[in-house]
Amino acid sequence: MTSVIVTRDLVKQYGRVRAVDGIDLDVRAGDVYGFLGANGSGKTTTVRMLLGLVLPTRGDVELLGEWMPRAGRRVLPRVGALIEGPAHHRHLSGAANLALLDAAGPGGSRRTRGRRIAEVLDQVGLSGVGRRKVGAYSLGMRQRLGLAGALLRRPELLVLDEPTNGLDPQGIAEVRELLLDLHRGGTTVFLSSHLLAEVEQLCSRVGVLDRGRLVLQDEMARLTAPTGATVVDTPAPERVRAVLDGRVLATDGGTVVVRGTDPAEVNALLVGAGVPVRGLALQRPTLEEVVLAAAGTSADRVERA
Amino acid sequence: MIGVELRKTFGRPRTWVTIAVLNALPVLVAVLLRLTDLAPRPGEGPPFLSAVLTNGQLYPLAALAIVLPLFLPIAVAVVSGDAVAGEAQAGTLRYLLARPAGRTRLLVAKLLAVLAFVVVTVVVVAAVGYLVGTLLFDARPVAAGTSVSGTSLTPEQLAGRTVMAIGYVAVSMLGVAAFGLFFSTLTDSPLAAALGALAVLVTSSLLFTLDAASPIAPYLPTRYWLAFVDLFRDPVLWRDVVRGLALQGVYVGVLLTAAWANFATKDVTS
Repeated sequence: MTSVIVTRDLVKQYGRVRAVDGIDLDVRAGDVYGFLGANGSGKTTTVRMLLGLVLPTRGDVELLGEWMPRAGRRVLPRVGALIEGPAHHRHLSGAANLALLDAAGPGGSRRTRGRRIAEVLDQVGLSGVGRRKVGAYSLGMRQRLGLAGALLRRPELLVLDEPTNGLDPQGIAEVRELLLDLHRGGTTVFLSSHLLAEVEQLCSRVGVLDRGRLVLQDEMARLTAPTGATVVDTPAPERVRAVLDGRVLATDGGTVVVRGTDPAEVNALLVGAGVPVRGLALQRPTLEEVVLAAAGTSADRVERA
Repeated sequence: MIGVELRKTFGRPRTWVTIAVLNALPVLVAVLLRLTDLAPRPGEGPPFLSAVLTNGQLYPLAALAIVLPLFLPIAVAVVSGDAVAGEAQAGTLRYLLARPAGRTRLLVAKLLAVLAFVVVTVVVVAAVGYLVGTLLFDARPVAAGTSVSGTSLTPEQLAGRTVMAIGYVAVSMLGVAAFGLFFSTLTDSPLAAALGALAVLVTSSLLFTLDAASPIAPYLPTRYWLAFVDLFRDPVLWRDVVRGLALQGVYVGVLLTAAWANFATKDVTS
């Protein structure tokens, strides 16, 4: 499988602070990659280094098979980006903003510009307000316009930093559908976020950043794979313990964690012994548990050394 | 890219408001002169102003001389200071660079847009000055104008020298633009960049009046600004004009190189 984003020992040093400390990203074609990290963990600096806005202190960035920032002029037209919130000229309309941005670089044919703008405005649900000045847009509308700008040249890779910021729940669901739709069409998505739920619903691979270090990078399916235990919901936990002596791993109120990868087998044993069972499920770690186990405390916490 | 920057500069209302305000002062001065007939005596007040009562065709030059010390440099400093820092503050710089508009390319486009603003502004001031001058004062289409030296100039000579004067003022303002653009790559605040450029000009004008600063006076950026008056001497006194052009050339070259060196390797974190 070809890699779309590769970084090797990427370091960014600001004075005495290492914002990014030797990370090795590996995003493959067809991934929806969730780049998770607390605020201040180095996500944005990394995204900016990928796009050539911030120059690395050390290490390499390879984007779509070419070195950044040297090959930026060839590579970046094939990448759509939303970096730390949208930004537009307030005195111009949404469509005019997109036209100016498209004309400012290579790879956006003038002949197809009008049609492409109409298409992406429609895609993000702004076709009704394309002619209105951006100054009159709501935060959610600006976010959608930013997304429209990222989609304008049908990019192979989308690099999105907090794309659902400022959107209401319906808007978030819409954007999620849009991203999944683009992904089905072959677009690789690199999604930087601190929202676990968003990443959990969208992403096939996850990287977790903690204080500038990549502490975890793996397939979502493997991270949240069954642990080999079954969770039993019962009004009589002490009777479960009596029947399945030695297999009980933990008890918490009405839930009992039992060793065993087959809930049906556990159920048969319990029901056979006359223990009431309200529910059974394979135990899977949530993404939150995985992330909290991998990363330490919040990066916002500043404690005395 | 250059087309984009021109559209940005001339597509925003602020640019035209600036140009309109810039024209208000010379128009006001012309109206007051017409109503009172009280021209400053020759040698006092802004150059050419005493002459316009007898020849309105000189008013474009008087208008330039009126806005040159303060209004014009402020406008140029604001526009050039806004060039990069304004995009940085609005957050659009990161999208431009990720688009990608190459950094050198963007800087050149910004410079050309500022240059276009300078030229348009100076030409509009001169054109409005001509209109106001010929409407309010006696125009002497045939009988020719008078040079500062007292001899007379043919209308062709006068027109040619006026065009040269407009060009000279534009080059002087390009020096201001170079300072503004350089500061604009240093900061993310367009206000700070404009104020930086203005601080340089104020310092320069102040030092110019100070005898103790005379050793460095020839190198002050504002030293030869008013040398365009020399174009109307008979014969033309080229010395200061040439020195002015050379000085601005050096400033523009050095500052743009510095702006490029800074911007091309800068971390864009805005």
